[in-house]
Amino acid sequence: MLGFQPDDEQKLIRDTVAEFAREQLRPLAHEADESGVFPTSVAQQAWELGLVQSTIPEAYGGVGAESSAVTGSLICEELAWGDLSLTLHMLSPQLVTYPVIMLGTHEQKAQILGDYVGPHFTAGTAAVMEPRFGFDLNELTTTAVQHNGEFVLNGAKCFVPLAAEAAHLLVYARRDNGIAAFLLPQDTPGLTIGEREKNMGLKAVATYELSLDNCRIPASSQLQGDIQPVFNRSRVALSAMAVGVARAAYEYAREYAKERRAFGTAIAQKQAIAFMLAEMAMEVDAARLLVWEAAWKIDTGADATREACLAKNYAATMVLKVADNAVQILGGHGYIRDHPVERWLRNGRGFATFEGLAMI
Amino acid sequence: MIDFSLSPAIEKNRDMIHAVADGTMRPISREYDEREHEKPTEWLNMMWEASKNLISFGDGKKKASGKAEAVERHLSERTVRSAVLIEELSWGDVGLYLSIPHSALGGAAVAAAGTPEQKERFLSRFRDGEPKWGAMAITEPGCGSDSAALTTTAVQDGDQWVINGTKIFCTSGLMAAEKSEGFVVVWATVDKSAGRAGIKAFVVEHHTPGMTVAKVEDKMGIRASDTAMLVFEDCRIPLDNVLGQAEVKQSTTGFKGVMATFDATRPLVAASALGVARAAVDYVRETFAAEGITIRYVTPQTKLTTLERDFMDMEANLQAARLLTWRAAWMLDQGIQNNLEASMAKAKAGSMVTQVTQKAVELLGPLGYSRKTLLEKWMRDAKISDIYEGTQQINLLIIARRILGYSSQELN
Repeated sequence: MLGFQPDDEQKLIRDTVAEFAREQLRPLAHEADESGVFPTSVAQQAWELGLVQSTIPEAYGGVGAESSAVTGSLICEELAWGDLSLTLHMLSPQLVTYPVIMLGTHEQKAQILGDYVGPHFTAGTAAVMEPRFGFDLNELTTTAVQHNGEFVLNGAKCFVPLAAEAAHLLVYARRDNGIAAFLLPQDTPGLTIGEREKNMGLKAVATYELSLDNCRIPASSQLQGDIQPVFNRSRVALSAMAVGVARAAYEYAREYAKERRAFGTAIAQKQAIAFMLAEMAMEVDAARLLVWEAAWKIDTGADATREACLAKNYAATMVLKVADNAVQILGGHGYIRDHPVERWLRNGRGFATFEGLAMI
Repeated sequence: MIDFSLSPAIEKNRDMIHAVADGTMRPISREYDEREHEKPTEWLNMMWEASKNLISFGDGKKKASGKAEAVERHLSERTVRSAVLIEELSWGDVGLYLSIPHSALGGAAVAAAGTPEQKERFLSRFRDGEPKWGAMAITEPGCGSDSAALTTTAVQDGDQWVINGTKIFCTSGLMAAEKSEGFVVVWATVDKSAGRAGIKAFVVEHHTPGMTVAKVEDKMGIRASDTAMLVFEDCRIPLDNVLGQAEVKQSTTGFKGVMATFDATRPLVAASALGVARAAVDYVRETFAAEGITIRYVTPQTKLTTLERDFMDMEANLQAARLLTWRAAWMLDQGIQNNLEASMAKAKAGSMVTQVTQKAVELLGPLGYSRKTLLEKWMRDAKISDIYEGTQQINLLIIARRILGYSSQELN
């Protein structure tokens, strides 16, 4: 039966995460963006909320909570509302844990998951994107060739978050014209982690280029099964974060417009501004519902590829427009870094480009 | 719960109505677009019989039999169900859908603002007998969205109200006033100096002397549905035909009655826009398939063809509008205030269907522009969704007031 309200447990989780985002992430966001330094204490605080570890099965030391994409999308929206950079950093372990939980063998789970149930934040990462024009997930240029019971990986990756400190890397590569994922230890010979990248947004999350030069890894390193559902979860996670960033920008612009006065009234009392805000509110809701529907479909076990792709495209377009409108409503002040809206525009621009940068 | 599945009961009804739309509406769709001002009598009679209990605007139609539990479930998802079925009918033909004998917006006004006695007196007629229509007359030549500025007057004279004024754009006005035993709900002021507080709704029965259909409009689209101009000249109706309270208080409850009606009807008008948009999207998809064009959902946007990108935008926008519509309908069924969400649904669906159908005509080139197919008709039919039951701009204004916490004085 149709329903548009999170259940009681989801509300509790959402409210807890929302408070964390409001009290912990927001106050740190500006300084983290300016300095490019991630405040490590906040990762530990997030870790203690148990968002990352909760879905790890009991057999591997976790809590064994049900993994729901709908609940995940609620969490992602709230965290990203607080700050996108900090969110991507804090949730980076899921880039490894979720695919392993979904597709891993018992041996892989035993090998990996135990590292993510301890008392301290442990970074993980995945290498998906490639530094080239026309990057296409379906046509990766990083290759994995099977040879004498091993895989040999070659290629280049970019936008790999926390690569320098991640306990485990999951590298996506083309194998026999399909896409496959491989678990790599940090010290794999031939794996080189490049300089930290400099990007327009997401300045507080450390991302790196990787090069893979004849990396030899055991055949047992490959995750088995259909990889597409993994990416659908990533699409939903990123789309939910886009909704969070857009909502932040919309709310900030709305409150500003009620305060800022021109020609004797608040600028929000001018239709030119009021209509922009109305469209922003409507589009944030529209995108959220598309995200929820895709997440819900994932949770039913059905193939949600079409819904996830449509939601991601919609949310990526929406966040850019909403954040841009927010900057516009603040006018010159929106362009000054004392206000957060320009950061949300820079961060929001990434969603049309990102693939596999977050997971729920 | 966050859940996007429809109940099996609704799905079953939807499939049945889809068969009706496909089998009986599509075949006569072009004909009654071209034969404007003529009515498909046989089809209307069939729909009168078949549609009883299927679509509800809160008009008091109840199942004659059945377990209490089934009735309760039926009521608890009444608006969602109506939204789903209206989408199907509008997929068939929105002009024909609008012309189905029904209490419609007039009935919705009675349901929203009438007393229990009035609901029984005015709405029971839709349960049986000959086909009947209800209509609502708000818009005047001099005021549309600004319905508080209306000039039609109602003056008490003994045990009667005397109505004078001119109403336009009255959907099914001809059928309600002159061609059936229906009624028209007329919004008029009893005290111009009282502003909104003086505005009341009056039920004018069919064939009441003093009410005349002065004109039936020629329109760009939805031609199977009549849109009438009604003139009231010393039109006398009984005192107890005023909906709700007759006294002018220093409050705007009467006017709020109009607005409450819109909260219930806007999601359904949005649902009708979904049907037209889906007709166009389905047609484009089928044409693409016949041409061997497949949509590559997982391919990056930068590598897609323009056709693919446009089509995916159409699909996503349609679904976004549908979910906003279902949410507004669901809230109404749950008894949750949905004023903001109803306006969001209407604003989004109206602009979406306009864009989607115009894009569909563009994508199919000469095939889309030709009257050999229905695509150009859907584009013409679509535009009204962006206008009636509150233009896109009025709905944006309502959204803006709600999100900013402004009164109509603070944001006008």
